[in-house]
This record gives sequence, structure tokens and C-alpha cells, in this order.
Amino acid sequence: MEERQIGKSVPRKEGREKVTGGARYVDDLTFPEMIHGVTVRSSAARGRILGIHFEEGIPWDEFTIVTAKDIPGKNCVALLIEDQPCLADEAVNHPEEAVVLLAHPDKYLLEEARKAVRIEIEPLPAVFTIEESLSRKQVIWGEDNIFKALQVEKGDLDSAWDGAAFIVEGEYETGAQEQLYIEPQGMIARASPAEGVTVWGSLQCPYYVHKALVRLFGLPKERVRVVQTETGGGFGGKEEYPSMIAGHAALLAWKSGKPVKIIYDRAEDMAATTKRHPSRTRHRTGVTPEGKLLAMEIDFTLDGGAYETLSPVVLSRGTIHAAGPYQCPNVRIRSRAIATNAPPHGAFRGFGAPQSVFALERHLDRVASAVGLAPEELRRRNFIREGQTLSVGQVIRERVDMNKLLERALEMSAYHAKRKRFAEENARGAIKRGIGFASFLHGAGFTGSGEEYLASEAMVRVTRDGMVEVLAGSTEMGQGTNTIFGQIAAEALGLECERVEILQPDTSLVPNSGPTVASRTAMIVGKLVETAALAVKKSLADSGFLKAGYGAKEFGNASRQYIEQFGALGSLVKYQHPKDLRWDDGKYQGDAYGAYAWAVYVAEVSVDVRTAEIRIEDFVAVQEVGKVINPVLAAGQIEGGVAQGIGFALYEDVVWQEGRMVNGQMTNYIMPTSMDVPVIRVHFEEIPYERGPAGAKGIGELPLDGTAPAIANAISHATGADIRQIPITPEKLMEMLESVNA
Amino acid sequence: MRSYLAGYEMEVPRDLAGTLERLAREPGVWKAFAGGTDLMVLLEAGKLPHRRFLSIWKLRELRGIEVTPRHVTLGALTTYSDVRNQEVLEREFPLLCRAAAETGSIATQNRGTIGGNIANASPAADSPPALLVYDTELELVSVHGTRWLPYQGFWKGYKQIDLRGDELIRGIRVAREKSEWMQFYRKVGTRRAQAISKVCFAGAARLEAGRIADVRIALGSVAPTGLRATETEKLLQGEKPAPAVVRAAQETLAREIAPINDMRSTAQYRLRVAQNLLAEFCERMAA
Amino acid sequence: MREAVRKIRVQCKINGRAMTIEAYPMARLLDVLREQAGLTGTKEGCGEGECGACSIELDGELVNSCLVPAAQADGASILTIEGVADGVRLSTLQQAFLTHGGAQCGICTPGMILAALNLLARHAQPTESEIREGLAGNLCRCTGYSKIFESVVEACRAMGQRA
Repeated sequence: MEERQIGKSVPRKEGREKVTGGARYVDDLTFPEMIHGVTVRSSAARGRILGIHFEEGIPWDEFTIVTAKDIPGKNCVALLIEDQPCLADEAVNHPEEAVVLLAHPDKYLLEEARKAVRIEIEPLPAVFTIEESLSRKQVIWGEDNIFKALQVEKGDLDSAWDGAAFIVEGEYETGAQEQLYIEPQGMIARASPAEGVTVWGSLQCPYYVHKALVRLFGLPKERVRVVQTETGGGFGGKEEYPSMIAGHAALLAWKSGKPVKIIYDRAEDMAATTKRHPSRTRHRTGVTPEGKLLAMEIDFTLDGGAYETLSPVVLSRGTIHAAGPYQCPNVRIRSRAIATNAPPHGAFRGFGAPQSVFALERHLDRVASAVGLAPEELRRRNFIREGQTLSVGQVIRERVDMNKLLERALEMSAYHAKRKRFAEENARGAIKRGIGFASFLHGAGFTGSGEEYLASEAMVRVTRDGMVEVLAGSTEMGQGTNTIFGQIAAEALGLECERVEILQPDTSLVPNSGPTVASRTAMIVGKLVETAALAVKKSLADSGFLKAGYGAKEFGNASRQYIEQFGALGSLVKYQHPKDLRWDDGKYQGDAYGAYAWAVYVAEVSVDVRTAEIRIEDFVAVQEVGKVINPVLAAGQIEGGVAQGIGFALYEDVVWQEGRMVNGQMTNYIMPTSMDVPVIRVHFEEIPYERGPAGAKGIGELPLDGTAPAIANAISHATGADIRQIPITPEKLMEMLESVNA
Repeated sequence: MRSYLAGYEMEVPRDLAGTLERLAREPGVWKAFAGGTDLMVLLEAGKLPHRRFLSIWKLRELRGIEVTPRHVTLGALTTYSDVRNQEVLEREFPLLCRAAAETGSIATQNRGTIGGNIANASPAADSPPALLVYDTELELVSVHGTRWLPYQGFWKGYKQIDLRGDELIRGIRVAREKSEWMQFYRKVGTRRAQAISKVCFAGAARLEAGRIADVRIALGSVAPTGLRATETEKLLQGEKPAPAVVRAAQETLAREIAPINDMRSTAQYRLRVAQNLLAEFCERMAA
Repeated sequence: MREAVRKIRVQCKINGRAMTIEAYPMARLLDVLREQAGLTGTKEGCGEGECGACSIELDGELVNSCLVPAAQADGASILTIEGVADGVRLSTLQQAFLTHGGAQCGICTPGMILAALNLLARHAQPTESEIREGLAGNLCRCTGYSKIFESVVEACRAMGQRA
């Protein structure tokens, strides 16, 4: 039957509000009697808090002042573990760590007050790099500075080297990256022992915040409510951090008895909140004379900052993606996430994979060169096929044709002709051109048994007047959740999208659908929505009120009759983990993800050797993603992700000084403008995934994996520079060019 | 927003005379405030040392672009957008127009002024190299009258200018004598738009039979102030821009400039780029 | 504590409506619009004139409202995102943003629309490069700019202008 909603570029559900200025983000809201809050933070990277001093000149009696002592429950931001305090009590472990909270009606006076709080700290020696942390000269976390360590084993690596004709080694690094959502973090809270705690704010995961507040206040679950306001971008930066700022706003509200609003300005947001984990990857690869992968030994380290937060999970994804979409019989991956005295690093679109994929794809170009093969030929000889196993032992059971994606991408980008032409033209002139690619995969959903553990739920309900409601904890933050849930439900029910309303994520109203992360919203939660909608349709059909060939009017009548007779019409669906997906967390083996998206990205660059400035001239993104539910939204995800990847590759350099980001202004932390991003040419292949709604898989994070290595390979092609690190700033490239020419 | 608003005053004098009178009566107390594109950023960061401002934005006497046979005079409140839209400037002063186009965004260009840029005296500013190449003169005005100064020399040091406490920049004047010169401007920034400069190069040369008869070279972001590379100019004078000459000029340039490491770039990069832009300038002369 | 400066009365026209607002002279026009005038469509993204989320039209010119002090808004005519649609009728540009995916999270959208409107008012037939330059002062983290351009190009076409 022809699809009426799926595959159509249905306009964004909340689009009208967004183009008229009517959308309400947290800073647009005011509550009666609302006051403002600010956070006073540590300037030291590590030390003992000796005292907190309130200087003269501020009418302190007008202020609400909160410290760790005021926390009713446990002083922690509950996440995987509870090591991170909500407010530092006796010690600080990173610059910008929150120590004191202040609230007052006058937000300008509040700023003056912030400057007048002096936190006296006796400094302790701090750790700032991966090397320092691993050396354990200072143990700043746990027994050994290690949040998590993993090991993947496939085949018999140690014996495999003997058969290798070529062995290539390399070390690769990626820096921190700031999510830079254009709407800074913000929360409004109302809290009292009588009423419990309610927060409204910019966030991705209402139930994460809920869990954290329950723990912070020691309240029963029903007394805590979390509401997501229109969110101006998240990209992972609002996955775990909102639990911290929500806790802060709620503590001030609890103590002051008034609603409290905390909005970070850009400088505070950049300096104090999470960033992408910096990484160091070491590869040692053995190949046969024909260039077939024989042995891959990978050592992967992530810098997690001062507290654990989500580092074990970032490590997990980075580790599983480290060996790529290739068939290699012998693999060992040893990985670890370590502690340093920087603000904790956290979720950012890609979540460990952009780091390990950068290393792999750069490395494989070098392996190709060592073997004397073109980079694309090396990939062709090693692409994984159906029936073969990934490094963690997952047998590929879906249809995959990486060669087809590669051919399409090379054709769209005129790769071969350009490779040839540039080699000739680069001999003359100051502008060197290059073209390079990356081939990669990205698993959708939580790793291994993660989805089973999340046990997500979603509900579809019909009102008396025949309007369909979708209730899910998944959030809209620009990626299109509202729109595609509407399309999925409408398709299942045979209605138009206008008949479907998506309820605002409010933990007092919607079930826990798990976090809006991990490229899972369409594939996992969308499937729950589809299932629930189909169940509603079946209830109506089974009741006899709804006959075949119905239209919207008949649906409305049937719903009304059903509800009059049975009281309510709806279906709550809980996630059922497919029995044939098995994961062993101890051995780190098995079916890591239910489905993968597969991709090849090609970047064309030009480098002006006089200034080492790099320009992206053309970008082609080819991917197989299952069924595309909404073409405009899906392309928008890829285009936006590629732009972030361009920033990751070339511009976004966090400048650190003793654990603090010192370039925390938009003037000095450089993200691409419209003049820095080329036309991005997107092509989708669709092989429907039977477990996804209408066949969809996940795509949100995919573009972050392949963009930077494609660009790095292109720059290497253009200049001969052996790129090992991103961001590739002109300063670094200039140095490399001078040594290439020397 | 990190400043205590209740502590900042702004008055809007009706005319230039009233403004100058105020400045004379209370020298050093009031600061002139034009489009605010620099000062408001400081205010928001909680780093604005001044407290009392005179808004000069609407003063007609400081606006307008006047063209005479020998000169173009721009009022201090000429915005970058005004510069970009002026025909004579477009034709005869391309370096200044390029600088204006490279400054910030359209929104910044609508509010940023030449006078404000000169008063702010940032070594990374985009216009000063162009102004230095054009041998710009400044008109300063106070209750005591006006005085004209060459722009070169007015800029005394990092963020320091030779402006007295009761003075305002009234305008700038550039001579139309270089309209036939070969002109070259290149800014190397952190990205392709809305970028702070890492190195900025402005050059103009008059060529006669392949020889450099006269030349001006000025750079930004490689010294505490915008810099006229006078030693490099002297070396190039009278020469043909041949490779050996260019190399010698690059060496001289390295001695004249003082680039630093900062959060945006490195001294080594700035030096190399400055030298390469000099070479590019010379290549264009030869073409 | 510093003495409080007196608030001033700012008389201006916002979206065609005359308004008198009391504010500190150095209050940001952005905050005056959002708080005193109750027009929250204009957004703060950076507070330093870099992101353009606060873009408005002041006396016909595109400016970053976070960089304009209230005292300088006296007597001015201001256009914000709330004044772009004609009642419930969206402008051609807003309509194009809807059909062509120009808005994702939407936080940059008000400023982006103001910048695009201003561009189309200055350039009757903008080229692709003029569109890129005209919008270069408005940062978007979600879209990679592609669909924003497509929306502007579509608006030009619908308005009978070549792009």
C-alpha cells in the first residue's frame, strides 16, 4: 500500500512558532515572583576549600545563598554513578566547579554579588593531560585515575603478525569540542518541601533530570516533575549537564521559596559545561601482500575530565567503532577513559565514535600508501559483508553493500578525475587541491543490552474528538522528533499528520522513552510509537466501531463511541529486546547494535600554501540509513552534522590553560559561518530495516564520524602533510608544510 | 550580561558643540560612544572601565563623505556600510573598501564607524593598514578648535592614541593621489567571515617600467599598533620585484614586525604569513 | 555600591506600534525588547555581537540588538521577528523556511529571517555568494546553512526575483 506520510517532507510540526518568534524557550518564560540565580565557581583546578568569604558592599541579607550544606538529599548529580557533587563541599576537582549559589530579584546586582564571593582554596597538584593521568604521579580519581577500561579480542592477534607483509603504526589525536548550541543552558525551578520540585528547561532527557533531582532532594518520584521547554539545540551537550543546572535552580527555589531562573551566558556555558572527550589512539596494523587486513591492534584513550559522568558509555561506543566497517580476523582493542582536572567531558553527537573513526580512517589511508594501493582499493578489499563479523564478534545480518556506497560517493564527487587533475595542477601555483574520503558505520540505539536496560515506553492515545496524542519522553531539539512521530503515528492510523499532537515532554504526563541520544529516537522510540498506534487501530477495528476504508470523520466517530463505551482509547508499549540480539558485557562481545547506518563521505579541499588556510570546496555524503521518514529533515541532519564535522576538523580548537578553557567566547572559539561551509551534497540509499518504524534506522550522529577524516585525508592528498591530529589549524598545517618541503 | 547597569550613564548631546563643551568641562570623565560595537562587548563581559558616555551617534557634523578633486574626507561616524556603498571609495580606495567588507558582519558594518575603530586602537583592526597605506590624516576637534595630524604617529602604542581628554575625532582625509597605484589587501583571519585577523596586509605600489617607483606597506596584528613597514618599503624602492629582492624584503620585514603568540595564533605563523603576503604583493606587481 | 543612575524614557516605534519604555540608558536594546516590550522572539546567543540571534532592524538597518544601548533607541523605528508576518499571514520568506526546512531548533531563526529580509531589501536579485555573505553574521549550529539558503532562494523565486 502506498505510504501517505512516510517518505514525505511534511513541514516541521512546530515550524510556524519557530519562524514567527512564537516558540517559547526557557529564557522567554517568566513566572510570578520569579527571581534569578547565579553560580559561583572555583578558579582552581584542584584543591581543598578552606573557606567562603562574602565581601562587603553587597546587601547579603537580600540574597538567598546555597552551599552543599543546604542539600536535602545526597550531594551528587546522579548518573551512572554518584561521584560528581552538585556543589563542591570540601574539595574542588576542576576549574569552574560550582561551589556557591546565589539568588536575588535583580539579575545585575546578582552579577556584582557573584564577583564579591571569594572561595579560599588551598591548591593541590593537578593533572591535565592523558599522559599525566596515566603516569599516576597524582591520583585524582578512584585508585588509578581510570573511570573505565575495556578490552575487545577477536581471533589470535599475537600470532597474526607473522603473516603480515606490511605493518603500519600510527598515533592520532583529537581535541575537545564544544557543542555550541546557540541557546545556552537554562532552567527555571519551583521547589518546596510542601510542593516538591518542578523544573522547566532546555534539555534532552527529562527522565535523567528527574532521576538526579529525586536523589538530590531525597524525594519520592511523584514529587518531582521535569518539563522540557523548546530547546535551542543540544547535540549531547544537554544530555547530562541539565541535571546539574536543574539541581542548582531547584536548590535556590527550595531555600528562597520563590521560582528561580538560571540562564548561563555564553562565557559561562563554554567554560563550565561538558565538551567532546579529547582522544589519543594508537594503531598497529598488519596486512597481507594483497592489502587484506590481517591484524589490527588498537589502543584508545579518552580524557574524561574530573568526574565519571558518561565516560564509560562514550568509551564503549568509541571502542566498538574503532575497527570500522571492515573484515579483519584478528583484532585487539584496549581502551580506557581517564580522569584529569578539567570540567567533566560529556556527550556530543557521535559519542566516542568521531574520535576512533578519525584515527582509523586516517590510518587506513597511510596503510594503503604503505602497501602501494589507492585508498579506495584498500577499502574495497576489506569492506565487511553480510555474514562476516565485526571486531566485537557481531555477525552482520543486515544487507550491506559498502562497495556500492563507495562507488556512488566517488562518482558524485568526480573523485578519480579530480585525483588525476589535482596531481597535475598542484605542481604549479600556491593553491593545492585535494580530495579524500572516509568509509564508516554508526550503530543506532544503546549498545548491547542498553536498550533492554532502558526498557523504554511510549503511548498513543485518542481524545474524545478524535485527535491522536503521542506521549513520549523523547525531546524535540531541532532534529525533527515531533514531526516524524506525527508522521509515524499518522501513517499507522491512516490519518493526516495534522490529526496527531505530540505532547510536551513532561514527566508527570509522558512515559520514560529513554534519553534522546544515541541515534535511537526514530528507530527505537519511533517503533514504539508505531506499535502503539497500530494497537489503537486494532482496538478500534476489533470493537466494530471502525470499518475498513475509513476517513478522518469516521475515525473521529469511532473513537468517540469507543471512549463512551470503554472509557479510554490508547496503548502504552514497552520496548521488547529482540531475542536474537545477544551481548556479553564481561567479554565485550556479541551484538553491539541492532542496526547500523553505513556511509562514505568525500571531501574536496583547497589549501593556500602561503597562509595554510583550508577551504572545503565540495562535500559529498552518501549513506544507507534504512527508510527515510522525512527527506528534508533527514538531509538537514546530515548537512548540519557535516558542518559540525567541518568545525571539528578545522576550526574548533579549545585552548586550555591549567584545565580551563580560555577562549570561551564566540569570537575566539570558531564555528563555521555560512561562508565556511560549501554546498553539501547528500544522497540516501534505503534498505528498510524490518525492526525500525516503516523501516527506519538512526542517523543523527552518523555525519560526525566521517567528516573530519575525509577532510584530513583530502588535506593530506593536497599537500603531502601526514595529518595526525585535529583540529587541523593553519598554524599546525603551516609547520607541517614547512617540514614536508624541507 | 556582566555589568551593573545602574552604574552606567549615557547622555545624548544635541550637537557637536554641546558635546565638545561637555568634554571640556569634565575632561577624562566622559567617553564618546558611537556605534558601540566595541564598547558594548566590553560592557557585556563586565570589562568596561568607563562609566559615563556621550552618545555621538546622531551628530550630523560627524557624518558624511565629501569628495573634492584632490581628497576624500570621511566623517568620523562613517560606517563600514557607508564606505562600501561609496562610489569613489570603491574605485579609488579599494583597500579601505576591502577592509570594511572584511570587518565583522553586515550588522557590525552598519554600526561600526571609522572613528570608533581608530579610537579603539586595536592592533587586530582591519582598517588601519589601509588607512596607513593611504597616508591618512585625522581631524581632531575640541572647544579650542581643530588640529590635523597624520594617522601615522597618532597611534602611540597598544590601545593608546594621541587624543586629548577633551578631543573628538572629527573625520579622516585621504588624498586621491594613489588611485592609479597597484593595490593589494589581504586579511588572514580565523575563518572566512566574521573573523578576527591573524595577519592583515595592505600594500600599494606605483610601478614605472617594471620598477617600484614608490610603495606603501602596512600590516595589522603583527605589532602593538598597525604598522607601516618603512624599512621594507625603503628596500623595495627603486627595485624590480625579482625573487632575490623579495627574499631580502621578507628578511627586512621579519625584523620590522613583532608578532606574538596568543589564543588565536602563533608568532611563527604570523611571521611566515606576513612574509608570504609580502611575496604575493610583489608577485602581483610583476604580473 | 555604586549609585543608581536614573532610568530614561525611550520612545520608539516597534513593529509599527509607538511605545514608551523605561530603561537604564545602557540597558541592551535586546533586553528592552524581550523584557519591557514583552517581545521574546529576539534571542540572546552570545552577548558579543557574533551570533546574530539578536538581529533586528533599527531605522531600516540590520543590527545586533545586544550591542545597542537603550539610549540610542530613542526615536528609532524597530522591526523584530514579531513584526514580520502580517497578522496570521506568514511572509513569503517565513513560508519558504517552513517548506524548505530552514529552521531546525529555531533559536537562530528569528535573527536569520531578519537578516534574510534585510538582504532581499538591499539586493533585488541576490547571487548565491551574496546570500552567503548577507547571512554570514548569523550563526546556525543545526542546519549547516544549506536549507537556509534553499529557503532564501525559494523566497526569491516566489517573490519573482532571480537568485
